[in-house]
Amino acid sequence: MTKQHDVIIIGAGVVGNAIARELSRFDLDVAVLEKELDVAMGTSSRNSGVIHSGIHYKPGTTRARLNVQGNAMMTDLCRELKVKIEYIGKLTVAQDDTDVKELERLKEQGEANGVPGLEIIDGREMQQRQPGVGGIKALWSPTTGIICPYGLTIALAENAVANGVTFYLGRSVKSLSWADARFSLTTSTGEHFAAPIVINAAGLYADQICRMLGIEEYRIYPCRGEYLILDKRLEGSLSVLVYPAPRKGKAGLGIHLTNTVDGNILIGPSNEYVGAPNDYACTAEIMAQLKKEGHELLPELSTSDFIRNFSGLRPKQVPPEVGGFKDFVIESRKDFPGFINLLGIESPGLTCSPAIAGMVRDMVAEKRPLIPKEVFVSERPGFSGFFSERTAEEKSDLVAQNPDYGEIVCRCEQITKKEVLDAIQNPLGVRTIAGIKYRSRAMMGRCQGGFCMPRIVQILKRDFGYRPEDYLLFSENSPLFSGRIREENATHA
Amino acid sequence: MAAAIAAKKNGCRDVVLIERDKILGGILNQCIHDGFGLHRFGEALTGPEYAQRYMDEFHDLGIEALLGTIVLSMDKNRGLQVSSRKGFFQIDAGAIVLAMGCRERTAGAISLPGTRPAGIYTAGAAQNMINLQNIMVGKRAVILGSGDIGMIMARRMILEGAAVEAVFEILPYPSGLQRNIQQCLNDYGIPLFLSTTVTEVHGGDRLTGVTVARVDEKKQPIAGTSRFVPCDTLLLSIGLIPENELTRQASIAMAPRTSGAFVDDTLMTSIPGVFSCGNVLHVHDLVDWVSEEASQAGAFAATYLNGELPVKRTPVKIEPGRGVGYVMPQEASGLKDFTISLRVSEPGRDQYVSVRDGGRKIVRKKKVCLHPAEMVRIQVKAEKLQSAKVLEVGIE
Repeated sequence: MTKQHDVIIIGAGVVGNAIARELSRFDLDVAVLEKELDVAMGTSSRNSGVIHSGIHYKPGTTRARLNVQGNAMMTDLCRELKVKIEYIGKLTVAQDDTDVKELERLKEQGEANGVPGLEIIDGREMQQRQPGVGGIKALWSPTTGIICPYGLTIALAENAVANGVTFYLGRSVKSLSWADARFSLTTSTGEHFAAPIVINAAGLYADQICRMLGIEEYRIYPCRGEYLILDKRLEGSLSVLVYPAPRKGKAGLGIHLTNTVDGNILIGPSNEYVGAPNDYACTAEIMAQLKKEGHELLPELSTSDFIRNFSGLRPKQVPPEVGGFKDFVIESRKDFPGFINLLGIESPGLTCSPAIAGMVRDMVAEKRPLIPKEVFVSERPGFSGFFSERTAEEKSDLVAQNPDYGEIVCRCEQITKKEVLDAIQNPLGVRTIAGIKYRSRAMMGRCQGGFCMPRIVQILKRDFGYRPEDYLLFSENSPLFSGRIREENATHA
Repeated sequence: MAAAIAAKKNGCRDVVLIERDKILGGILNQCIHDGFGLHRFGEALTGPEYAQRYMDEFHDLGIEALLGTIVLSMDKNRGLQVSSRKGFFQIDAGAIVLAMGCRERTAGAISLPGTRPAGIYTAGAAQNMINLQNIMVGKRAVILGSGDIGMIMARRMILEGAAVEAVFEILPYPSGLQRNIQQCLNDYGIPLFLSTTVTEVHGGDRLTGVTVARVDEKKQPIAGTSRFVPCDTLLLSIGLIPENELTRQASIAMAPRTSGAFVDDTLMTSIPGVFSCGNVLHVHDLVDWVSEEASQAGAFAATYLNGELPVKRTPVKIEPGRGVGYVMPQEASGLKDFTISLRVSEPGRDQYVSVRDGGRKIVRKKKVCLHPAEMVRIQVKAEKLQSAKVLEVGIE
């Protein structure tokens, strides 16, 4: 049986979910198809988590416009979705006169793009904003912020679900065709879907989706960035973001330190093209280089401060021999009416996501009238952030209301049983261990789950009836365990 | 428990033990192998049996335990913010004994190269799964690191029907006790490869194998020595880290060599009335010495509360010298006899452990076999310390 929807979005990254949430304001039957078992499993969870100001892109480009627009939309969006965001500002630092010229160019470009509050400041003022930073001058951009990227992506999806969007997780699109003003899709699960409007938000796989329709002009070149995550011990050693002034011929924004809203500092990202859109390996060479540069940027760094490494892939449209940036593709295809194609949404895609959603909404409106729903739930329940960030009085009240707040499951991050239970019973019905981690922050601290993972396993067994084979790290083929040691009788367990 | 018992027995009436787990005993509960208590009780007990001995005494003395209770923060005035299902509250103490133990180093801590599939566990987490939760972690294992838990888990995996390919150790000598090499590896035919490490993890979803290579003196992989070892499970036994986040948060002075608090011979830290003992002070290899140290800390805490702790006038510094990795304590009053715990930097035979004050010999003791995996304890007599300023502990 074919599942019919008004709109099908392919890909549950931050872009797909922002579109889903935006369209959920209207009287539409919207579905999202995602090949992984959770949302935010690709580029949306594997990045620096920076809300960019918009100084880096050429005036007149889609990317520049959406960046400034998206940046301005984030405050309201994050308040509604209870997502932590901090506009901490950024210093782009010049080491010599050539760099200073580059800063002046960036300032001019940023102002042309409509970025507010840009200033070139001297060394003394730089030191006031971030003691210890080396350089002669800096460009100060106050609207640069930090956010939890997967937190936003999950929140968008959960709010979309609350407003009637259907998420089909674990469905990889295997075929896509167009006939009689309808798109037909089949998925890895053997299911059939159909809709008059299909939105390609498949990120690293967006070119593959295009090719299914016979659109051959695009190609994605995955470009890997590796990161190291630092222990929270160093929280506070960085109060603003500090980037080097961009140098000619570099594809990324350079290796730098990034503070996260959760108190860890990231070192990275590197910049290296890879062959496959899922090659998330970390390499000894690059990690050694990141450590070296990290020590230069943060002298108090010790070897025990590295708690984890990860990598993400930028969906670039330019091959390594060309390099540089190419503007985002966001198009309503004339050759396949109803196919809205988004491709090459690399940095600053996270910042742009709410603005992209608005642009796509207008493209959908050209195809069919959009009637606002009578009831649109704009807010997500609960509070922003974690129990550990509450005041002593609030904590005390919360424990009194619900004793599960008093039981700490993850000691490194001080995550409570209530937060773990909420993550397990998430609105999307995600059942993976990584899903619990991304939602609750348990297992993300310095012991990397050594202490709490067994406790979470126990909660899943006792309260949710998990059998050993039910524990998946993140995919169907990533079982954590191989089975029981011996048979259990129910009374003994 | 040992510290609480000793505090009670030494005259402290109001003792409370704060434990984040729902049962007493800590990590001993998952250590179902034997070998505990040879020094303390003169017999080989399992972990739970060893813990039970202390639990019995603890309960007989009527000491209160707050189970399922976690200390969220500690301040300089010995105030503790704690949380449990019963509520979120403050405890003010006259004296505190820190006995939080240690945690395992992770794959992230050593920046293990390659992918991040399912099937990579610290040895202790795997031990918890197998021994406490009746869950098997995999079928074909490789162990990275020859720490004691790694070797014990190698044997445990075999006993539960898994294949164990090998134990790989980056150092040129093993990190664990000789008796575990014999009883856990040799007796089960599990090969141990020294100066060898994992250079890449493979597998997108579940682990499919690891690349291993021999390393040179600088621990760098030697070209041309790498090979692929298929496995679905990688257990890590690559070191233990004293869990001193609370200690640091209270701004207690730390000793960089032990990663524990800087203490004197009463095991008191830089905050008067706060003591430290066991694996949170320095990582031990035998629980018997953990309990003994904890008993001392508990007794000193009680003495402190009675106002009877000797006043340090000019404390004697204790420093590691040639061939010594760390010493504990790092300072002594010089007013009473005490024990120095130390670890050597590398293995050696027929050497002397010496304690000197400048050129003056305080203690010199012959050791047939010295190994970084085995803690050395040296008794120091107070009468020999007159006017000593800095004691240097070295290997000769």
